[in-house]
Amino acid sequence: MRISPDEMIFWQHGFLKLNGTIVFTWGLMFVLAFGSKIVTAKLSTDLKRSHWQNLLEIVVTGIEKQIADVGLSQPRKYIGFLGTVFLFVALASLCTVIPGYEPPTGSLSTTAALALCVLAAVPIFGIEAEGLRGYLKSYVEPTIVMLPFNIISELSRTLALAVRLFGNMMSGTMILAILLTVTPFIFPVAMSALGLLTGMVQAYIFSILAAVYIAAATRGRKPGRAPSQDIEA
Amino acid sequence: MDNMTLIAIASIVTAGLTIALGSIGPALGEGRAVAAALSSLAQQPDAATTITRTLFVGLAMIESIAIYCFVVSMILIFANPFWNHAVAHVAGK
Repeated sequence: MRISPDEMIFWQHGFLKLNGTIVFTWGLMFVLAFGSKIVTAKLSTDLKRSHWQNLLEIVVTGIEKQIADVGLSQPRKYIGFLGTVFLFVALASLCTVIPGYEPPTGSLSTTAALALCVLAAVPIFGIEAEGLRGYLKSYVEPTIVMLPFNIISELSRTLALAVRLFGNMMSGTMILAILLTVTPFIFPVAMSALGLLTGMVQAYIFSILAAVYIAAATRGRKPGRAPSQDIEA
Repeated sequence: MDNMTLIAIASIVTAGLTIALGSIGPALGEGRAVAAALSSLAQQPDAATTITRTLFVGLAMIESIAIYCFVVSMILIFANPFWNHAVAHVAGK
């Protein structure tokens, strides 16, 4: 009784399948991209502005403040990636109120793709901030013995990001499906509200963890570090 | 007892045990984390945003362990490769 968006096939031709994950992701992309385009078509800088522009400003400045709090010095550089990840996962969870919709993050494909994006973004931002040598040096940071452990930790936290988001989203929809066959109206509605809450928290967690990983890669050597002669002696 | 019965028994018992034992540790850990966060909030209320954000990140990491156990138990119940193999074997015979 696994209600995964992967199993809702809308169209099939040979081995090309249009399943629920792809269709709902396209829907979310459409809403985010065209919604923002329409709202930002006529921006105003005086005190009288439209409600939607106000909403977008609250969202953007809120995300920027969170990124700055994590320790990234220029939030504007990273807000494109981190803000998009947050908005996509949050909207994917919010839309569960629409009947017939299954969140695409309930499929391991989507969450693995998002985690791989973070895995790619960390070296890109790290090399951009530190240079290639500086970034590669961070892998041998305490001693050269730590090199395999640093690489393994890089891969395992990508896996953890993917499985954490997938597990939370999948468990929400599955609990709902199981409860609907057991109890009547009230309890599934309460679980659905809880699923919305955990969806928002998981969106926040995913983007904050991505921000923390990027901050760790771009921070460079901590100030006041002892010179290497002392350690070598 | 034939193969299918054995596989079914092992899968069901293991799935139940996995999620039962796997939720104890994270629950205790999360309780301790929230208690520590509350006492530090009481000591320094003006650091509330930092403490709250760190608390949520820490809770998510602890929760991941319970999620891993849940995923394993779901795999055992709904996507069990041994069960599928045994069913295909019996169906092919």
